[in-house]
Amino acid sequence: MKVVRVDQIIEEVARMCQEANYNLGQDVIDAFKNAYEAEQSVTGKDILQQLIENAQIAKNESVPMCQDTGFSVFFVELGQEVHVEGGGLEDAINEGVRKGYQEGYLRKSIVGHPLERQNTGDNTPAVIHIRVVPGDKLKITVAPKGGGSENMSAIKMLKPAQGVEGVKDFVVETVKEAGPNPCPPIIVGVGIGGTFEKAALLAKEALLRPVGEPSSDPYAADLEQELLELVNKLGIGPQGLGGKTTALAVHVNTHPAHIASLPVAVNINCHASRHKEIEF
Amino acid sequence: MTIKTPFTTEAAEKLRIGQRVLLNGKIYTGRDAAHKKLVELLENGEELPIELKDQIIYYVGPSPAKPDNVIGSAGPTTSGRMDIYAPKLMAQGLKGMIGKGKRTPEVIKAMKQTKAVYFAAVGGAAALISKRIKSCKIVAYPELGPEAIRELEVEDFPVIVVNDSLGGDLYEEGLKIYGAK
Repeated sequence: MKVVRVDQIIEEVARMCQEANYNLGQDVIDAFKNAYEAEQSVTGKDILQQLIENAQIAKNESVPMCQDTGFSVFFVELGQEVHVEGGGLEDAINEGVRKGYQEGYLRKSIVGHPLERQNTGDNTPAVIHIRVVPGDKLKITVAPKGGGSENMSAIKMLKPAQGVEGVKDFVVETVKEAGPNPCPPIIVGVGIGGTFEKAALLAKEALLRPVGEPSSDPYAADLEQELLELVNKLGIGPQGLGGKTTALAVHVNTHPAHIASLPVAVNINCHASRHKEIEF
Repeated sequence: MTIKTPFTTEAAEKLRIGQRVLLNGKIYTGRDAAHKKLVELLENGEELPIELKDQIIYYVGPSPAKPDNVIGSAGPTTSGRMDIYAPKLMAQGLKGMIGKGKRTPEVIKAMKQTKAVYFAAVGGAAALISKRIKSCKIVAYPELGPEAIRELEVEDFPVIVVNDSLGGDLYEEGLKIYGAK
């Protein structure tokens, strides 16, 4: 039995919230550079250049790359041989968010009630997904999610007969409808199968993969490539001002489905595709 | 091209979609909750806490400033959420808006009627943009936190004209040029 103390979790979560917001992953920066080379629009190139500079400034000065420092979304893999000591795991994560957002000068963007809309003042509560897995490791991933791109996401329950064509149409339509709002170039997470809620989770989990890394499932990998070409043909471009780079990548995750169902979820991430993970 | 505020009708009328502009001088910040309050005051016939004539509003909710900085990261937020309020503010003389994302036909129509302009700043380029903000003070609604109205002094603040006073729309034009035929 491995013991992980809650004060360790609080410290690491606080640190990860800050690092995720200050340091854009090299995978995303490399994707910007590749897009810069391929982009034909002069305005589009200028914007991609600004995004590369912006990431550099944020990293050098330890300031958030975007003022929307996001809803703190956590994916936790809790080994069944891990004992969390000194308090509750979810409480510890929330305490880490509270500390990280306060000490890191991150914006607090959470309202405590969706209709009364009073800011909680500390960016809690986080959204936490916990999966119990074999072994004695505790893995925590944080993915701060901005409101602009989250708002452009969508889910649809297709009929099985609509098949892959129906999926493609829905993904392209969702990206088209989103247009400039989610801060393109975007990363598109697609979840296909499972149930209503599982599809949404698959789509969000797909965003955690390094940008452009193909799915290990050859069928999904081919679909990712095709979808990327389709969305980039839309012409939305960087910031929606026209161009070839609407998306940097499309990531598809699938799950077994009911004989009657074909759920599809599209979770859009802005170009600031932020995440950090730690393993205890 | 460089523009110095206040942003007059004459200056606004000269701009065309696609132009890259560097703004200099004072601009105000304001987003969802502040817009709601401003429009409520107008509906009650009360005075606004800021004079809107020839002014520019930047849709932003900055992150908190670190001790040595004037402001935190400060990129644009999605403008569409302000669409229901914007025409009422333009009727008060507001000449410019800065944000990201499309505006409704009603807002574009109001821009044509009042000779106002909508600029896009680069969404997410918040650390870079904050470098162009030289001073920042809260002038209304401090209780709204990131949504309070701030007066910013900006220097060479980079924006792109998306909707001009003639009704042009760069988002539509961009799709026409780069979209699949």
